[in-house]
Amino acid sequence: MALLQIKNLHVSVETEQGPKAILRGVDLTIRSGETHAIMGPNGSGKSTLAYTIAGHPKYTVTEGEILLDGENVLEMSVDERARAGLFLAMQYPVEIPGVTVSNFLRTAKTAIAGEAPAIRGWVGEVREAMSNLKMDSDFTERNVNEGFSGGEKKRHEILQLELLKPKFAVLDETDSGLDVDALRIVSEGVNRAKDANGFGVLLITHYTRILNYIKPDFVHVFVAGKIAEEGGPELAARLEAEGYDRYVNA
Amino acid sequence: MEIVRPGSTGHSHGAGIPIQTRNERLRSANPAEHNAVSKTDEQWRYLDAEALGGLDSALLGNAIDSIQTQGPAAIERVDATDSDFGRAGLPEDVATANGWAAATTALKITVSGEQSEPTTVSIANPGKHSAAHLIIKSEAFARGVVVLDHTGDASIAETVEILVGDESELTVISLQDWSESAVHTSAQFARIGRNAKLKHIVVSLGGKTVRISPTAEFTAPGGEVELLGTYFAGEKQFLEHRSYVDHAVANCKSRVTYKGALQGDGARTVWVGDVLIRQAAEGTDTYELNRNLLLTDGARADSVPNLEIETGEIEGAGHASASGRFDDEHLFYLQARGINPLDAKRLVVRGFLNEVIQQIGIESLEARLNESIEAELARSNN
Repeated sequence: MALLQIKNLHVSVETEQGPKAILRGVDLTIRSGETHAIMGPNGSGKSTLAYTIAGHPKYTVTEGEILLDGENVLEMSVDERARAGLFLAMQYPVEIPGVTVSNFLRTAKTAIAGEAPAIRGWVGEVREAMSNLKMDSDFTERNVNEGFSGGEKKRHEILQLELLKPKFAVLDETDSGLDVDALRIVSEGVNRAKDANGFGVLLITHYTRILNYIKPDFVHVFVAGKIAEEGGPELAARLEAEGYDRYVNA
Repeated sequence: MEIVRPGSTGHSHGAGIPIQTRNERLRSANPAEHNAVSKTDEQWRYLDAEALGGLDSALLGNAIDSIQTQGPAAIERVDATDSDFGRAGLPEDVATANGWAAATTALKITVSGEQSEPTTVSIANPGKHSAAHLIIKSEAFARGVVVLDHTGDASIAETVEILVGDESELTVISLQDWSESAVHTSAQFARIGRNAKLKHIVVSLGGKTVRISPTAEFTAPGGEVELLGTYFAGEKQFLEHRSYVDHAVANCKSRVTYKGALQGDGARTVWVGDVLIRQAAEGTDTYELNRNLLLTDGARADSVPNLEIETGEIEGAGHASASGRFDDEHLFYLQARGINPLDAKRLVVRGFLNEVIQQIGIESLEARLNESIEAELARSNN
């Protein structure tokens, strides 16, 4: 059983006008097997939370801590965090020139597992995961994210989630830019990976649509850099009906 | 990417300095007839005269005695009385002419029959202010591989003449694996026979100033040329490659692919790719591509494709040029998948340069070059 704890997290970014506070005291605890949805209006700091967990250099933690099974995540480099079991499915994955998907997946798996995967089993595992996500087999020979459609980029993120088997997955607006069919395929991929590996999920989204496919155990409403309200799946239903106005105009 | 369609003419990208038609450039073995090195001359616009270390003006010595060869090709020493001496091309710049004047005896390497083993020509530590003249010739119907392996320290003005006989297939690989203070200019003139194929691979990794100019001229129909190059410039390194394909006759095919990586302050590369399709060259099929990958700030890559087309009756002519950065967002993405920063760069650079390296087809050489690339990557890793 793994445990991810976020305690009184304050984060700022550097702007031309000086540092700007984005997160203002976030508290959150996630256990293996749990799905937490973070919902909130644009600009509330949802993505900042995701990137801060992953360790993006743009964000500065000014107060608070993040612990993974008691270990101080904030002292780890980005790659150390990934090897410790944290995974971020990105909203805008970048193109990596000259690196094929096949080479990238194998290198990432080797880095995270600490040893190269046995070729035979690995190729089969990749092929099966790709077929589950309805991806063509020639996809592996393309350069990472180069010329991918929005849907292909998201499938590729979830493919990595299935193959890298983290302890915790942070999904940053994985539903954005997906049509209904792609949303279903991607969501099923997340559920399949979670069933297989039992990881905890932090699902960041603006809309309730994806929650029809990935059922949250907890819903947190994010407003102005902190959690304004928490509850079960019923909270999502209420947001669907009422929107965020109640929080924003409070 | 830009495709130049058949029928367009005088297409060029060299803003600033007017570029003459490529075939009007002066050709002469006499250094005195060439202009001095100057930034106002298109040929020298990217390079400081001092960077040549005197190769353009100093008295040079013939380095032929320091050259070692190994492999199946026939080796002999020839001078200007040999009918192949000066047959592939004459100097088009003052440094090459200066070297030509000094290297009055040339080393001739002749490939005959089917040679599966490569012939290696080692130019190791040829010394300061040196010159060399090599003639590589494949006889009609021959097949073979010649590797020019430049290592150690030097300042050298080199000419390589490549005579690709009718129906022959020749691969010439020029490796610039110099130590860091070396200065090297090399004009490599290829003359392509009927239905002949040349695969020319340039790999420039070492040296302070390296300037390689591969030229291919078709002399009869059915010729095919592949000019491949890869380079990796580190801190304060200047690596320049100028290719020229002269489609003088009909029904020939050329492909030019140069890919380079740059890392560190003052890392500097230049690629100029000239292609001339003359009026007689109907049925020409040509494409040239240059890609550069900038790994750090403070590096600069220039990329200039020039396509001159004098006939519309061609199969195809195009070029592509792009220079991109490997930046913090790329690094973050790879790191977020558990890959440490050095491995991340290694992955990207290897992937990028491998397209050319793997064309060499000699395993031990490929391994050695990959090691040199790794060493360069590790050198200025943050």
